[in-house]
Amino acid sequence: MERILFGDNQFFAVNHISDEKSRSQSIRFKEDSAIIKTLDQARDAGVNTFMCTTHDRIAKICDIIRQNPEKYADFNMYPCMPYAHKYANAVTELGIAGTLKEYVPGNFIGSMFKGGVAFLSKDYLSIMELLIDSEMKMFKGINTPVIFLQNVLTDFLLGLGMKDILIAYHAYIKKKYKVEAGFITMNMPKLLYVLKEGGIENPIICSSINSAGFRMSGGKALYEKVLKEEQFRPIAMQVLGGGAIPVKEALEYVCSFPQIESILFGASSKANIDQTVGFIKGFDQDRK
Amino acid sequence: MVRVALIGAGKMGLSHLSILGAHPEVEIVGVCDTSKMVTDVLEKYSGFNCFSDYAKMISQVKPDAVFVSVPTKMHFQIIKDLLAAKIHVFSEKPFCLKPEEGAILIEMLAHSGLINQVGYHNKFIGTFQEVKKLMENQSIGEVYHFQAEAYGPVVIRKKQETWRSSPEEGGGCLMDYASHVVDLLNYLISPVTEVHSSTLKSIFSSQVDDAVYAMLKLKNEVSGLLSVNWSDETHRKMSTSITICGTKGKIISDASELKVFFTDSSNCPDSYTKGWNIKYVTELTQPVDFYLRGEEYSAQIDHFIDAVLGRRAQSINTFESAHLTDVALNMIKLKSLN
Repeated sequence: MERILFGDNQFFAVNHISDEKSRSQSIRFKEDSAIIKTLDQARDAGVNTFMCTTHDRIAKICDIIRQNPEKYADFNMYPCMPYAHKYANAVTELGIAGTLKEYVPGNFIGSMFKGGVAFLSKDYLSIMELLIDSEMKMFKGINTPVIFLQNVLTDFLLGLGMKDILIAYHAYIKKKYKVEAGFITMNMPKLLYVLKEGGIENPIICSSINSAGFRMSGGKALYEKVLKEEQFRPIAMQVLGGGAIPVKEALEYVCSFPQIESILFGASSKANIDQTVGFIKGFDQDRK
Repeated sequence: MVRVALIGAGKMGLSHLSILGAHPEVEIVGVCDTSKMVTDVLEKYSGFNCFSDYAKMISQVKPDAVFVSVPTKMHFQIIKDLLAAKIHVFSEKPFCLKPEEGAILIEMLAHSGLINQVGYHNKFIGTFQEVKKLMENQSIGEVYHFQAEAYGPVVIRKKQETWRSSPEEGGGCLMDYASHVVDLLNYLISPVTEVHSSTLKSIFSSQVDDAVYAMLKLKNEVSGLLSVNWSDETHRKMSTSITICGTKGKIISDASELKVFFTDSSNCPDSYTKGWNIKYVTELTQPVDFYLRGEEYSAQIDHFIDAVLGRRAQSINTFESAHLTDVALNMIKLKSLN
C-alpha cells in the first residue's frame, strides 16, 4: 500500500462537523470534472491511490479513468463497500426482504423466498458474494489492490459475533479478485482480535487514529498499545479527529507510530492536499 | 450481567442487537422475529436462540430486559405482556399508536420499579445535550419562538410498500420522522400542548404523509413551527435541527454543529462570548466502548443497561416523556383533518 491514500468524503458531502459545509461541498463537487480535477491535484502531489465508497457517482469517475488509460496507468482505487445509506434507506422503504430482492442480481432471492425451503450457510454466503460482485462491477478494468468492507457493515457483523462472515468476505476477495481484503472499523482492537482468532494473518485494518481519541472505541490507550504490540497492517483515518486537531499536530501524532502503514485523508483544495502531503513526508523524513 | 432479549429484528432491532452483542455486561438470551430468513441467519452465524413467538420466548428464556422494535401498532400489546411479566423494557419510537394505550402502560409501571426507555436517540447527541444545558440555565433569556425541522431521503419515488407506508401500523413521516423532532422539542423547550394548524402532505406515498408542516404552541406559551419532510433528496441522511429565539440570544443546532448567539456578555455561560459561538459535536461527544453508527445509539443502550443494573436513576426517554410525544403527534394528526 502507498503511504498516503486519498479519501472521498469531501466529494459526497460527508462532513462530520457541519451540515453547511457538507452542502457547500455537494455544490462544489456537483460535476464529475470537479472530482477528477481534485484527484489529479492529489496525483500531482504524489498520491496515486483513491480510497472510495461504491457510491453511484464513483461509477462515473471509473468511466473517466477507463477512458484515459495512459494518464491513469499507475492509478489505484481501493473500493469500500457497500455505500451503506443506499441500503439503509432501502430497508426503511422496502424492508429487509424487499431490499435483497432489489439489489441481489438474478433470481436467487426470488427463489429463496418461495416456499419453506431450508437454507444452508453457503446460500447466505452466496448472497454476500453476489452483492460483492454487483458492487465491484463499476471497477472493471481498474487496479483495485485492496477491497474494503465499510465500517458500518464490519462493525455490525462484529457486534453480532458473525466472525465467519468477516472471514468469508476476506476469503472471497482473495479467491475471486486475487487482491487483498481490508476492513474499516471504529472498533479496531476488538476487530483485530476477532480476525486473528479467525486465522487471518496480518490483516489490513483502517480505523480512526488521532491524538484526540475521537472514534477510537475502547480508548486511545488501548489503540496505542495494540499499535505497538500487535502484528497487522494499520491505516489511520480521521486523523484530524473530526476537525478538532490542528493539521500539523494531527499528522505528527500518526507519523509517530512506525507500524501505521498508510494514512488516509481527504481534502477539497490543492493547498490542503499539498500541505498534508508535505507534513507527512516531513515527519517521515525526520523519523528516518 | 443483564439477560436481554429482542423482539423484532428489522433495521433498528438488528442495530440494537449488534450494540448489545458487543456490550460486556449483556447476555443475549433470545431473539424473536417473524422472518424465517433473519432468524435463520442469526442462529447460524451468531448462535442466538431464536423464536417466532414472543410469548414462548419470554416464558422459556425469562429475560431481565427486552428490546421491542416491531411496527408501532404492535408495541402496546407486547409491552403490556412484558410489564405484566415484570420485565424491563426498551421500546423503539414512537411509543404507542394511540395515546390512550401509552397511558395504560404508564399506569402499569407505577411502583413496579421497572426500567422503561424509548429510543429517541437525539437526546444522547452532544450538541442537543448542550442545548438542553443552555435552556435549563435560561442562557438566551426569554424564549419567544422556535423552528424545529428534519429532512431526509427516505421516500424519494413511488415505490413498493412496507409497514412504514401503512397508516394503521404507524407508518408515515409524522410517526417515523417528525416524532423525533417533536420529542426533542418537548425535551429542549416545553411539551407541545396545542396545535394551531397542521398539514400532512403526501408527496410520493399513496397512503401516508411524506411531509408535516405545523404551527405549535408549548406548555410554556411559546409558539413556533414544525417542518419535516422525508422525501427531500437534498439531504444525504436524516438531518434534524432546531432554532430557538430568545430575548438575549439565539440557538441553532443540528446533530453535528451548535451555533449560539449572545446579545451581551453579561449572561454568557462559561466558554461562550458575546456574538456567535460555534461548537462541534466532536468536542461535545463522550466516547463509547463500541461504536456502530453514531455514539448516541450506543449511549442510549448504555444508559438503559446502567439503569437496569441500578447504577443510575432513569431520567431520559421514559415512557412518560415518550407518551407526551404521542399526545402531540395525535394532536397534529387530528388538526390536519379539520
